[in-house]
Amino acid sequence: MKTLTLKVNDVDVTQVVEPRETLADFLRERLRLTATHLGCEHGACGACTVTIDGVATRSCLRLAVMCEGQSVTTLEGMESDATMDVLRRHFHTGHALQCGFCTPGMLMMARDILLRIPTPDPATVRQQLSGQICRCTGYANIVAAIVAAGREIGGRRAAGA
Amino acid sequence: MKPAPFDYVKPKSVAEVSAALGAEGANAAAIAGGQSLLPMLSLRVALPDLLVDIGGLDELKQVSATADTIYIGALTTHAAIEDGRLPDDCNGLMRMVASKISYRAVRNHGTIGGSVALADPAADWPGCLMALGAQVRVSGRATVRRQPVADFVQGQYSTTLAADEIILGFDVPRPDPGTRWGFSKVVRKSGAFANSIAFAVAQGRGGPVSVVLAAAAPRPCALPTVAERIGTGKDSEDDLRSAIVADIAAHAPQDDPYLVRLHISTVLRALREMQGR
Repeated sequence: MKTLTLKVNDVDVTQVVEPRETLADFLRERLRLTATHLGCEHGACGACTVTIDGVATRSCLRLAVMCEGQSVTTLEGMESDATMDVLRRHFHTGHALQCGFCTPGMLMMARDILLRIPTPDPATVRQQLSGQICRCTGYANIVAAIVAAGREIGGRRAAGA
Repeated sequence: MKPAPFDYVKPKSVAEVSAALGAEGANAAAIAGGQSLLPMLSLRVALPDLLVDIGGLDELKQVSATADTIYIGALTTHAAIEDGRLPDDCNGLMRMVASKISYRAVRNHGTIGGSVALADPAADWPGCLMALGAQVRVSGRATVRRQPVADFVQGQYSTTLAADEIILGFDVPRPDPGTRWGFSKVVRKSGAFANSIAFAVAQGRGGPVSVVLAAAAPRPCALPTVAERIGTGKDSEDDLRSAIVADIAAHAPQDDPYLVRLHISTVLRALREMQGR
């Protein structure tokens, strides 16, 4: 067992963990932060996407012990995030989810896309989102919601707001 | 939680890493970004007793350039290369290759050193670094050595790394300003393992050409007959096709006629892209 200290959603956390625990298991099982969903547990589906020090990460592909001293943000930590606020609204109004299983990962990755590529076109969103699997929606509404969120944020930026 | 139990250490120096990896009777594995190793641990195809995390070694994160050489530390991530953080990315070739590896969240942690050390036949960096004539710097308990990447990668998941050794970084010859390149990769779904990858690099104008095919054999293979034909006047599409067929038969024989056609296509596309630059 190893003692692990890190920041999760801006709160300092110290826990004793097994080295084999993934960050995803640590977040869900020890901290009960269950917005982070686990689909495949080997990096194929993207449902468990979080950020580590601001960088999009598959939490199933990171051991918790590797995150010593780092700052992890899950969807629960995005309540007052400006980009996520716009995305959440467009996912809601644009019906960009059905069962909701993939949605936390979709939102985390969508935010990462908009921070790197401010007003992406649909083809770019599809390319950038290709690591996130959704089995219900056929992706059309998810892509449209992200494009619309990008346009809204881009429009605000152009207006100097 | 899917991985079997193991112990974990995160040394602060290369010497400590080598001591841990090379200890008598150690069943240890080095972990850098972990983007390939974590799935292997979760699927229990890798069963180490000890993981040695090399992520804390700042000297492996350096990138630098001299007039002749670009040095890329082993812990440089695919995303860093994709974002143009190398002092020179071989006229854009390395940036393009990086941007096509897996997915952004994986590229944020996956490293160039990890990719070459694992030596997956479908990986991008071993073939790319071979085409660029790069050397790998390797450190063990006693020595630091250099070796061409072409000799370092021996086969599927097989390199010349000894138990106590890790990759420090890569020395990539700085390309002449006129260097042209082509890169073609076929994947069933973006981010999936590649079915065929071809690299073509022409050093300067009229300089030597190197053509490398990856994901076709246990290790990336150079296609020397194809490379020799470029710029000789015997490089029509038909000439190149027959040279590719001969090189594949000699260096990466295929059982499946579809795969032969696939590899011919990626090599031709890479050559056309190079010639069009």
